Amino acid sequence: MLRLIGKRLLLLIPTLFGLSVLLFLWVRSLPGGPATALLGDKATPEAVARVNAAYGFDKPLVEQYFQYMGRILSGDFGSSLLTNRPVLEEFAARFPATLELSAFAIVFAVALGIPLGYWAARHVGRWQDQLAVLLSLMGVVVPVFFLAFILKWVFAVQLGWLPPDGRQNPRIDATHYTNFFVWDGLITGEFDAAFDAFTHLVLPGIALGTIPLAIIARITRASVLEVQNADYVRTAKAKGLAPNLIRNRFVMRNAMLPVITTLGLQLGLLISGAVLTETVFAFNGIGSFLWDAIFNLDFPVLQGFIIFIALIYSLINLVVDVSYGLIDPRVRVS
Amino acid sequence: MNQHPEQTENSEKSEMTEMSTKPVQGEPLLKITDLQVAFSTMHGSVQAVDNASMELAAGSTLAIVGESGSGKSTTAMAAIGLLPGNGKVTGGSIRFDGQELVGMPESKLRRIRGEQIGLVPQDPMSNLNPVSKIGTQIAETLLTHRQATKKDVDQKVVAVMEQAGIPEAARRAKQYPHELSGGLRQRALIAIALACRPQLLIADEPTSALDVTVQQVILDQIGEMTQELGTAVLLITHDLGLAAERAQNLVVMHRGLVVETGPAEQLLNDPQHPYTQSLVRAAPSVAAVRLAPDAFAAPSGTSGSHAAGEPTADGDRPSSGTAVEGAPKRTAEPLVTITDLTKVYPKRGQADFYATRDVTLEIPRGSTVSIVGESGSGKTTTARMLLKLIEPTSGSITFEGKDVLNLNKADLKDFRQRVQAVFQDPYSSLNPMFTVGRIIEEPLVAYKRGNARERRERVLKLMDQVALPAHMFRRYPAELSGGQRQRIAIARALALNPDLIVCDEPVSALDVLVQAQILDLLKDLQQELGLSYLFISHDLAVVRLISDYVCVMKDGELVEAATSEEIFTNPRHPYTRKLLASIPGNELEIDADAEVA
Repeated sequence: MLRLIGKRLLLLIPTLFGLSVLLFLWVRSLPGGPATALLGDKATPEAVARVNAAYGFDKPLVEQYFQYMGRILSGDFGSSLLTNRPVLEEFAARFPATLELSAFAIVFAVALGIPLGYWAARHVGRWQDQLAVLLSLMGVVVPVFFLAFILKWVFAVQLGWLPPDGRQNPRIDATHYTNFFVWDGLITGEFDAAFDAFTHLVLPGIALGTIPLAIIARITRASVLEVQNADYVRTAKAKGLAPNLIRNRFVMRNAMLPVITTLGLQLGLLISGAVLTETVFAFNGIGSFLWDAIFNLDFPVLQGFIIFIALIYSLINLVVDVSYGLIDPRVRVS
Repeated sequence: MNQHPEQTENSEKSEMTEMSTKPVQGEPLLKITDLQVAFSTMHGSVQAVDNASMELAAGSTLAIVGESGSGKSTTAMAAIGLLPGNGKVTGGSIRFDGQELVGMPESKLRRIRGEQIGLVPQDPMSNLNPVSKIGTQIAETLLTHRQATKKDVDQKVVAVMEQAGIPEAARRAKQYPHELSGGLRQRALIAIALACRPQLLIADEPTSALDVTVQQVILDQIGEMTQELGTAVLLITHDLGLAAERAQNLVVMHRGLVVETGPAEQLLNDPQHPYTQSLVRAAPSVAAVRLAPDAFAAPSGTSGSHAAGEPTADGDRPSSGTAVEGAPKRTAEPLVTITDLTKVYPKRGQADFYATRDVTLEIPRGSTVSIVGESGSGKTTTARMLLKLIEPTSGSITFEGKDVLNLNKADLKDFRQRVQAVFQDPYSSLNPMFTVGRIIEEPLVAYKRGNARERRERVLKLMDQVALPAHMFRRYPAELSGGQRQRIAIARALALNPDLIVCDEPVSALDVLVQAQILDLLKDLQQELGLSYLFISHDLAVVRLISDYVCVMKDGELVEAATSEEIFTNPRHPYTRKLLASIPGNELEIDADAEVA
């Protein structure tokens, strides 16, 4: 297992290296060069030359690349062209929000999707099954932003049960260490702040988690249906084992294998879903920031974001593989 | 070990309603009366078992024999209350140890399963939980039935595993199913079934997924253990020979009905029901001696004298790893000559794996050469190399004198048409989206033979040759039975008028009676068309029915090769002898002539 983890971490090096080359070349091939991107279309040639000299854009490509790599390795992703603040600082302020939201969404999807799928499989062909299949179909076909609008309108605007937007009520005097607001509230003992931040997560989290929920429910259903007719489940019954032991140790453990694979894929997709959801709920995460960065060609931010995402994807994949190995001994050997 | 406590008096009439746990004096351990089982399907209810009755006394062995679909497994599963979801007992009674099992609530049944009735299932590959350790899977049974405590369970697990003949039990207990061989897995399942010392063991085709030599050891193990524990055995099998060898009493089932019941010996020697008679006739293990002379009849003029003159010529030469097929000294050159054929798969960090090593044999024109061996012996690898599906590492193959491994384009095209194959599984080797007609026509289309009308005529003629009715032309493989599908595969192989057909386990997925029909068909076609066969099989009994020459393979090497007669009457290599001895029913002395009458 440790060897697997080590191997996968080593694999990160060539991945990130290739990515950095691509990103480097992309920035250098921006229309009019990076200096124009910095200064805008109407920049005078003198200004462009000045910027080129200041940032080293006039040096040979290879030399520029090594400088660029050197900065990245020392943790310097440059500053945002829009806010003039270091990219890392911006990320530290906003990424926790998106991660917190994604975590809520995935926990919501797993906690409801797996039982729903199991319940459907146990009642296959009956109304419970059809209801579950219908629900999960609706979950997949409704676009995220539309669901977000509906949730907000019903539960925030009409019923007023939950806050319509933001991450935390600004009137609460909360201390923020990590920018994971719920977490911050818990570690500082400001439980009202933690609870308030949590209520702000509910609606966007449900909106974001619904598609993964639907997919997980469907995969679980199909997987349980297959496994519960497996020979080893019959053997378990022939041993006279109690039903919940059969369910936990025989059916669910085996049925979870395809679900974990799906879960890994869904986690990756969450970040892109988060951009839309955050916009609807004015949730101050990486989404809106990224949106602005794309439209304004804020390349230091984009570069940093892409490298960050690559890292996160790789780590998620690693976690999926490791947990797969924990459940399935056959994977461990190979 | 069967605890029949003293008995309460009971009138026979109250038996059906009484749910007491006290057995009736003199009542058999298991008594099935007029059992009816139905499956609900999309096409309505299907009666799988109809009025089946049988009795099994404590400590004895009863075998239910039948083909697939006969209801034998369904009867057994009904007895342990484990019918699949759409199956239901619709009538009759199953009394076990004085209790009525039909209609017994699940919670009560659960206490009987595993503790009083054990189950050894058919396929050891699919019956163990792949994500759980062997030891855990045995411990579950012991803990559930309170036969062990958390403290002593590990020790008891090891003891049970040792009893089941698993070497290094303590180490094996910590392993997962995929780390064990098929034989060891089946032993683990036996350990699970017998861990709680049940009164009854249901063994549902316990060895049909295993190699012959392993089969025997496993059956011996079951026999010894159950005898020691005093456990009665309900053995489910399709193999009449095996049933007769292992059980005192037999029940023959056919299409859900019990057609005949009686002591094994009597049932084999004097079968009353026509179905039992046909089963006795067809069972290769029992009937081989009688059918064999037919198979030795010279199929065509060219190879007329091989069987007679051969044995002495071959006899002097000791069989070694590179045994040469004993081709008779005749003028005609053999159709195929395989010399020193070797296939090596390199393994990282380990010694190379030799799938085959220096295999040398010949296939004379118009005759059948069989390769027999267990899984992993290299028999299929050899067949695949001859079919040019995989490339050998070294050695040579010639077909009519031409080097098969270095054919030019035109010769290769010719070779591909003249050498055809029939594979083991008629369920997966036919394209399910094609009609029967199209499957058989496919090779004709591929090699541009004739126009559409001529091809259709040819297909119909081929269907006639393999005894498939013409109206099946437009049917799909899924609508047909296994035997019919294998006929399609044979017709397709015949389409291009081949000289050689490589049959890789062509009958091992089929029921005994169908097996016999397909073997007969192959034999007839050989005589009619002068075909040569390379016949791959794990089943010596089947091989005996069809072969002129037999090659025995073990671990990639040819250990013995001789005429069929020589192999079966005078085996030289110890491994061949072991294989022969493993054929179930081999030692039953059945008077062949008596049955024919």
